[in-house]
Amino acid sequence: MNPKDLKYAKSHEWVRVDGDTCVVGLTRFAVDQLTDITYIELPKVGERVTGGEGMGEVESVKAVSDIYAPLDGEIAAVNDALSMDASLVSRDPYGEGWLVRIRPAKDGRLDHLMSAEEYTRQTEGA
Amino acid sequence: MMERNQSADLLFEISKPGRRCHRVPPSGLPAVGLDSRFLSGGSPPLPEVAELDLVRHYTNLSARNMAIDSNFYPLGSCTMKYNPKRHERLVSLPGLASPHPLQPDKTVQGMLAILFEMQEMLAEIAGLHACSLQPSAGAQGELAALLVAAAYFRHRGENRTRVLVPDSAHGTNPASAAIAGFDSVTVKSGDDGLVDLADLESKLDERTAVFMITNPNTLGLFDHQILDITRKVHEKGGLVYLDGANMNAILGIARPGDFGADMMHYNVHKTFTGPHGAGGPGSGPIAVRDMLEPFLPSPMVIRDEKGGYCLQQDRPLSIGRVRAFFGNVGVLLRGWMYLRTLGPNGLREVSEQAVLNANYLLTLLRDHIDVPKGAGCMHEFVASAKILRREKRVSAMDIAKRLLDKGYHSPTVYFPLVVAEALMIEPTETESQETLERFAEVFVSILREDPETLHEAPHDLAISRPDEVAATKQPVLRWKSA
Repeated sequence: MNPKDLKYAKSHEWVRVDGDTCVVGLTRFAVDQLTDITYIELPKVGERVTGGEGMGEVESVKAVSDIYAPLDGEIAAVNDALSMDASLVSRDPYGEGWLVRIRPAKDGRLDHLMSAEEYTRQTEGA
Repeated sequence: MMERNQSADLLFEISKPGRRCHRVPPSGLPAVGLDSRFLSGGSPPLPEVAELDLVRHYTNLSARNMAIDSNFYPLGSCTMKYNPKRHERLVSLPGLASPHPLQPDKTVQGMLAILFEMQEMLAEIAGLHACSLQPSAGAQGELAALLVAAAYFRHRGENRTRVLVPDSAHGTNPASAAIAGFDSVTVKSGDDGLVDLADLESKLDERTAVFMITNPNTLGLFDHQILDITRKVHEKGGLVYLDGANMNAILGIARPGDFGADMMHYNVHKTFTGPHGAGGPGSGPIAVRDMLEPFLPSPMVIRDEKGGYCLQQDRPLSIGRVRAFFGNVGVLLRGWMYLRTLGPNGLREVSEQAVLNANYLLTLLRDHIDVPKGAGCMHEFVASAKILRREKRVSAMDIAKRLLDKGYHSPTVYFPLVVAEALMIEPTETESQETLERFAEVFVSILREDPETLHEAPHDLAISRPDEVAATKQPVLRWKSA
């Protein structure tokens, strides 16, 4: 169920390399754990983010959780549709529910991220 | 079953023009004309109903409530214990119910004596030196204590900016830290559900103002490393704050001051039986070690030189008032009566029985649902529906909702966050063995039910599953006339 062409962070974000930027979203597993999502706070375009550190928050009827940047870089775009309808993330986490595009830092690396197979194994154990 | 669903329509919906509960006779006094600038255009759109319809409206609404007086209420983390009815009779005695907070001290000596004694008793149970009764709930107690800590460090000329909070803590802890102006830093729990000492040590330094710990923690486990933890925090010059939400497990058995806490709050409305629910009224006194006493909120009740009691206003280092007058005195009085009724030995028995009840219920349930740290517990334990969710698509929420059909208030669900699909169960000391056994039977029978039945629960309540997203995103806060 986790698309094979994506990379995955331990903290349940996915990354798709698309030209010179990376699209980032939340995984289906994360979305299921959060239950109904009410609000998403994302960084602003131009903001610098650091891999492994919080870059935003997602609020569900259950709790507020941090969204972590999966890599170092600068925010190139933000999915504005989410401010109107955060439930897009629940409905289509790998498509219309994407969160941000990050322009990776010069020495930005992706090799710490997991494959779909490795990530699925991690979440099955959880 | 009797149809209980009638007459709970909104008063606005049953309103008919001209209906009244009472008609006020003409006063016979001459009318006084008000300046037209102060008059509104017409009558406000208030509902118009007859007295009987009004009474039915509220009585029927109240019958939809689940309360400790009608149903078993095993709500973990927010001790919902029986509220002795005798307290209600005693607090309505004229000497307790009618004093005004602005009366001169010498005319309310009895009230001040009770409050003074309450300060002393709470300090003694904490194993600390002084107590302020002002904060009006646990979270406000946390904030007040952190402001006391900030004032203390400022007075010493120390610049400490961080408050460390374990990941199993109540959400109010990091929130209080942020509001008090500190940066909140999360400390991980280990696999045993206790504070990960290595992680704590890696985050402790001279920037640490306070380490906040709930002990027993929200998993219902007493952190046996507590002496080690408090020593490490003190070595770095920090203070230890004890979140007293779980005091029901250790009253008269272990004193936070003895295991190294420098500050703590009580929830008088939980631990000491103030009736509460739906957000209040609470009472969150804080107790502190001697060096923090000068910074406590003002005023305090003290003894004057003649052996009477007075409010001490002149406290130059105090953080000031955190609440009007003297906090929620009505709740404090009930707490004082509870402590006075039980005495030291009775108080200890409360905790022994609370822990025994929780362990008994744990043994009845743990063969049927996963309890991740289920070898034993203090006053509460946390079950997990993680396996059920994976295998049968049955979530903690489904179980909680189905319990409502069966006449049980749901335990706390999805907290603490360190347990997936958490169900946090706290029976309290006043439940009988039979009640616990019956609850366990019902709980286990729910686990065996068809998942579809659970997904659609509750079936028998006036409202089934409200749309929580819509309630958050588009709350209807005002009724608008058509």
